[in-house]
Amino acid sequence: MATFFGEVLSVYSRAVEEDEEELDENEEDEEIRRELEEKREVHLHWSPEVSESLKSGSKLPCSDFLLAVGHNAAGFLSVYVLGSESWDAVGHASVWNERSRAGAGTTSEESVCVFYRHKNNPSVLICQTTCYIAEDQLFQWTEKVFDVLQHRQLNVTVLSDSSVAEYKTSDYLCGSSAPFLRSLHTAAFSGQPVCQSLEQPNIITGLPAAVLNHCEVHRVATVVYQCYSDVTGPDSVTMETFKPALTKLGKSVQLNPPPSTDVLRKFVRTTNLPSNLYI
Amino acid sequence: MFISSQNPPPSFKDFTLVLPAVAVGNVGQLAVDLIVSTLNMSRVGYIHTDCLIPMTGNNPYTTCKDDAEELHTPAEVYTAAGLKTAVLQIRAPIIQTKSKKFRQLLVSWIKASGFSRTVVLSSSHAYQRDDQQLKGTPLRYLVTPALLKVSAVALEELGWREMERVAAFPGLTDADTDPRLHVPGGGITKGLYMDSCAADLPLAVLLLFCSEGDNIPDAFTLVNHLNDWLHLLDNPSQKPNKWKIPTSWSLLFGNGIPPALF
Repeated sequence: MATFFGEVLSVYSRAVEEDEEELDENEEDEEIRRELEEKREVHLHWSPEVSESLKSGSKLPCSDFLLAVGHNAAGFLSVYVLGSESWDAVGHASVWNERSRAGAGTTSEESVCVFYRHKNNPSVLICQTTCYIAEDQLFQWTEKVFDVLQHRQLNVTVLSDSSVAEYKTSDYLCGSSAPFLRSLHTAAFSGQPVCQSLEQPNIITGLPAAVLNHCEVHRVATVVYQCYSDVTGPDSVTMETFKPALTKLGKSVQLNPPPSTDVLRKFVRTTNLPSNLYI
Repeated sequence: MFISSQNPPPSFKDFTLVLPAVAVGNVGQLAVDLIVSTLNMSRVGYIHTDCLIPMTGNNPYTTCKDDAEELHTPAEVYTAAGLKTAVLQIRAPIIQTKSKKFRQLLVSWIKASGFSRTVVLSSSHAYQRDDQQLKGTPLRYLVTPALLKVSAVALEELGWREMERVAAFPGLTDADTDPRLHVPGGGITKGLYMDSCAADLPLAVLLLFCSEGDNIPDAFTLVNHLNDWLHLLDNPSQKPNKWKIPTSWSLLFGNGIPPALF
């Protein structure tokens, strides 16, 4: 494709490249393919207590499921909610794909997807996801996680990060408008979202989309709050944008008092990758 | 798998199904968008599958504030009961390793639902045409033997051009290699056609040679071509503005211009 300025770019084709011939696969190819597929499978690991109750066939009773996708959303929960020490880590999901670092186990600090449960109110569940889940794993992740939860009376809230560059609008976005929230909810969601609905032609992709699709089809009340930020790394201003999203959950999820800057700094710095761009 | 959003689930008996193939320039998908928004079709269900990359958004065909906040998923089925027509819109790419599974899912759903015929709207890379394909119209069609039996006369009257089989090794005359069907950039088009032939499904493929870019004119060409056959619009006019462009087509080329530029 040639751009306005004349340089030729090799672009990702929107068409799926189909191998014209049916692949003549020998047994070895097939085995490699099968092994790769097995390796890419999503696994959920639960604490002994939870897996015991799951084994007996019962699902996890859950009234509120709070899912945070991305560093800002996860950081927000860490600072404002999970800091209160009334939460138990009850499990994690392990995902292997092309972006998983060789040698780094699932315990690696950067690629985690952890489930927490409230100590006093065990029907409130939180999941923080900061790892990359590949496109072919999103559906499976959602199916597996929601298969564990009891669907009756379930309310799902998803907090998610996005770049303002992905936001389409006919108006010019001036620098001061970001970060801002947009919401998207399923037909079963009866409440009033705390912010404006996401306007067409904007769409949501990734894990929030997979969760919304699942919940729309299975009629689960779900709302996604997508935060559009103009800062690439996690930052405290973006994290605070999520605050109104939790006001609806007031009864079950309490917001901690605003943390000191030191606490915030810890979360902002941990993902501050050293860049060698300007050496 | 098909999940109905209505109770009782809709019946597709003797309906015509139109669906796009995710292909070069998304022409088929754009054409289907035009059909859904122009005929004001209503959603009756979803195809919920792991073969498509998840995506979601608000109502792409919104006309007023009241219907704007309605969640839509990657693959949805719409119907216009009066016209006995159903449409499957696919909004996301197919996961490459699962394209075979997706084709099988489609074929078995089409079979089980009792559609009288299926039309796949597709496109193919314009730059990979051979000499004979370069001449004349860029539109082609393909039909399975099962559909040819019932629609041979109608197709003859339309005077359409069938998709040419091309030589496997152009320039070489080898008696051993038969000319074969080749739909470069057509996604699942060829596979779906082959599968339908094998399953004895009445299916037609309408395709257009195009390149990636602003493919809106291509979508109009393809949808008008389809209309010549199915007569979805009462007053078939070649004027493109007979079709209603949906809201979701806005801002295809990015945001507004920053005023500070001037």
